[in-house]
Amino acid sequence: MMTGSNLERVLKEGHFAVTAEIGPPKSCNAAFVQRKADLLKGYADVFNITDNQTAIVRMSSIAAAVLIQQKGLEPVIQMTCRDRNRIGLQSDLLGAAALGIKNVLCLTGDHQSFGNHPQAKNVFDLDSIQLIKTIKDMRDEGRFLCGEEMKVRPDVFIGCVENPFADPFEFRALRLQKKIEAGADFVQTQCVLDMKHFRHFMDLINDRGLTDRVAVLAGVMPIKSARMARYMQKNVAGMMVPDELCERLETAADVQKEAVDIVVEQIAEVKEIPGVRGVHIMAVAWEEVVPEIVRRAGLYPRPF
Amino acid sequence: MIVGELKPFTEIKKMIRGYQRILVAGCGGCVTVCQTGGLQEAETLARLLNMDDPGTTVESLAVPRQCEWEFLEQLKTTVQRCEIIVSTACGIGVQAMNEYFREIQTLPALNTRFLGMPVEHGVFVERCQACGECMLHLTGGICPVARCSKSLMNGPCGGSKNGRCEISPEIDCAWQLIYERLKALDQLERLLVLQPPKDWSHSRDGGVRKMVREDLMLDDGE
Repeated sequence: MMTGSNLERVLKEGHFAVTAEIGPPKSCNAAFVQRKADLLKGYADVFNITDNQTAIVRMSSIAAAVLIQQKGLEPVIQMTCRDRNRIGLQSDLLGAAALGIKNVLCLTGDHQSFGNHPQAKNVFDLDSIQLIKTIKDMRDEGRFLCGEEMKVRPDVFIGCVENPFADPFEFRALRLQKKIEAGADFVQTQCVLDMKHFRHFMDLINDRGLTDRVAVLAGVMPIKSARMARYMQKNVAGMMVPDELCERLETAADVQKEAVDIVVEQIAEVKEIPGVRGVHIMAVAWEEVVPEIVRRAGLYPRPF
Repeated sequence: MIVGELKPFTEIKKMIRGYQRILVAGCGGCVTVCQTGGLQEAETLARLLNMDDPGTTVESLAVPRQCEWEFLEQLKTTVQRCEIIVSTACGIGVQAMNEYFREIQTLPALNTRFLGMPVEHGVFVERCQACGECMLHLTGGICPVARCSKSLMNGPCGGSKNGRCEISPEIDCAWQLIYERLKALDQLERLLVLQPPKDWSHSRDGGVRKMVREDLMLDDGE
């Protein structure tokens, strides 16, 4: 299968992939997205555009994706199941494919209670696994979820996420297997801060032969301040932040430099773990640091 | 059972402003069990309304179930003396009253919360969402529709931690419960089955639902 996705090509040709995240603005400011695109161009193979992350209203993923596409970057649109039912999701996928988008990442979506409209009615008509299967059937069978056929199929490279740090831990590998069976081509993990735990997860999925069936991109995140690390340690569900990491940031003379050092070390470590075929850099609200990380990790220039 | 919770007193007061002769109608069904809308609670509410405005006449009564026409008949004579009815039944009872007593309005004194049960004295938890297509045989007897915050069919999501849901430490992660239950039943393989999208047309999404039992219907007009 060749979807024309740059990420697919990079992986297929055996390169260590780099993906990065761009968060759209809480406004209709196209220049904001364009500025980030200019900043990051060439530093990753594809760029995830988040979909109203943490349930906060932002510019739509597809619209921001088109803006970066116009700047010559290849986007991955993120699609969550929180805000659209199966009609909306399939329709938006067709629209995205018509606009030339080649990659889609399927997620359940953060609950609306975390966002700025906690009074909203949620949808969750499909879950992320059902969305993966729906998109795969649209692409490979040319069929909508209802079974009706379509004339032109959306040729997209399908991604999913997995959180190795959530519970029940033993089930995480099996759940990833379900996502692969549903049709995921690549998986981006929750950011890896606890390396020991992540190695354990990779052992489990390697034992099940899952890394032969899906490209695993390990998530990494530069943490800008010690306070933020402590906050994440306490308050963010499904995140494991080791004490030693917090302490390193707390005692660092130059915290931001230390944050980059840590990520560069993490990339070097995950690169050596069997089955890891790339990294996904989530520099939330700190995208400008991505070029430095990619360069220092020895991953620049990108192959294509 | 249907779990209902009394509205704030100020809200009820505001609803009945201007009325002098009031009937507080309780229900002997679910809301009696959750002690929010039975005879005792209707009497208490009537007393409070009367104390708040001694100029009013407030009566209270309860029927075994407000959601059945045959019991509503018992209220007829009392209703005729009143200007307004405040029902402490669930939303079904309030609507039945409005439909039965056309000439007078029935107002809701409760917020109908959910279909659930008392898990301990005084603690009620949601258990069913009446989705119309029960799948409890697949999930170890724990409902993901009602008990997973995202109603996932293939859970758990990435927000499950220490058995709790990401949205609140007060909420159990339904999929953690399902996982543990199926593990205990030696049926974990069930979780590897990809659950297809649910047919929500059997739920509220299919419009107002109706069930007809012809075998129970009475011959009309003969």
